[in-house]
Amino acid sequence: MNATHDTTRIYWRIFAALMLLLVVTVAVAYVDLGPLSAAVAMTIAVVKALLVILYFMHVRYSSRLTWLFAGTGFVWLAILALLTLSDYLSRAWVGA
Amino acid sequence: MADTSTVAVSPMAEPEAETGREEQEHEASLLGMWTFLATEVLFFGGLIVAFLVYRAAYTPVFREASTHLNVLLGTVNTAVLLTSSLTMALAVDAAARRQRQRLVWLLLATAGLGLVFLGIKAVEYSLEFREHLFPGPGFVWEGDQGNVAQLFFVLYFVMTGLHALHLILGIGAVGVMSWLAHRGWYDESPTPVEVLGLYWHFIDIVWIFLFPLLYLLRH
Repeated sequence: MNATHDTTRIYWRIFAALMLLLVVTVAVAYVDLGPLSAAVAMTIAVVKALLVILYFMHVRYSSRLTWLFAGTGFVWLAILALLTLSDYLSRAWVGA
Repeated sequence: MADTSTVAVSPMAEPEAETGREEQEHEASLLGMWTFLATEVLFFGGLIVAFLVYRAAYTPVFREASTHLNVLLGTVNTAVLLTSSLTMALAVDAAARRQRQRLVWLLLATAGLGLVFLGIKAVEYSLEFREHLFPGPGFVWEGDQGNVAQLFFVLYFVMTGLHALHLILGIGAVGVMSWLAHRGWYDESPTPVEVLGLYWHFIDIVWIFLFPLLYLLRH
């Protein structure tokens, strides 16, 4: 049952990494980094989500077709977010 | 792919073709769930983008409103949900190895952790109701721009409420699946467990983003 041992060990390691990142993101929230705070919080969230997608959801070991299907929603969301936020976040840069 | 016109079929050809079909069915099932999840990504993603737009427009009030949420309960709940993803991943592993009893217990653990999350969320909601933070005629805000603060709580209750609804459906499905697993339903094919696992992990991912956005952006 060496194989069982290997996959489950990966799951436990990913779980440990997720918990560590949770502790880090909560700790960082109480440190004032100015505008960096939001960027750090979101970066940690993206890393955590990637760990879940790649390992718990097995995408890392899946076919190219699965990569395509799994990525599609996120690509369209990125377009939505990029275009929307490039408008709203830049409005403050110019005097109204 | 196989040339069916040949009369002499090697004894190995038949099982191989069978395996190929099973693999294709397995992948097709997973792609179906991924397709559904793509719609879910845009569903929750649209709400998150809306939240970011309003937060950019009213940063100070949103920061202030965020401090009214209970970070300790939110953190514990995040840990609970991350743990439930671990048990779900292990459940899929058990199903793949045809370990029926281990599968049943891991599914029950996953559903149980989901219920714990909902319980803590209910405690949080009741605290927020008591503080008159639920949007509507009863909303009370000590400070200016109360209507903007109300907007934060509209987004908070809509996003966490929709997340909880997804979780309730997930808990129900995992609960039913644990009973079916006990009856030996997945001894033949573990694919349904894996498909439901994808849905469960997605609920976890949504929370991975909601937690910092709502609870932690205080600077």
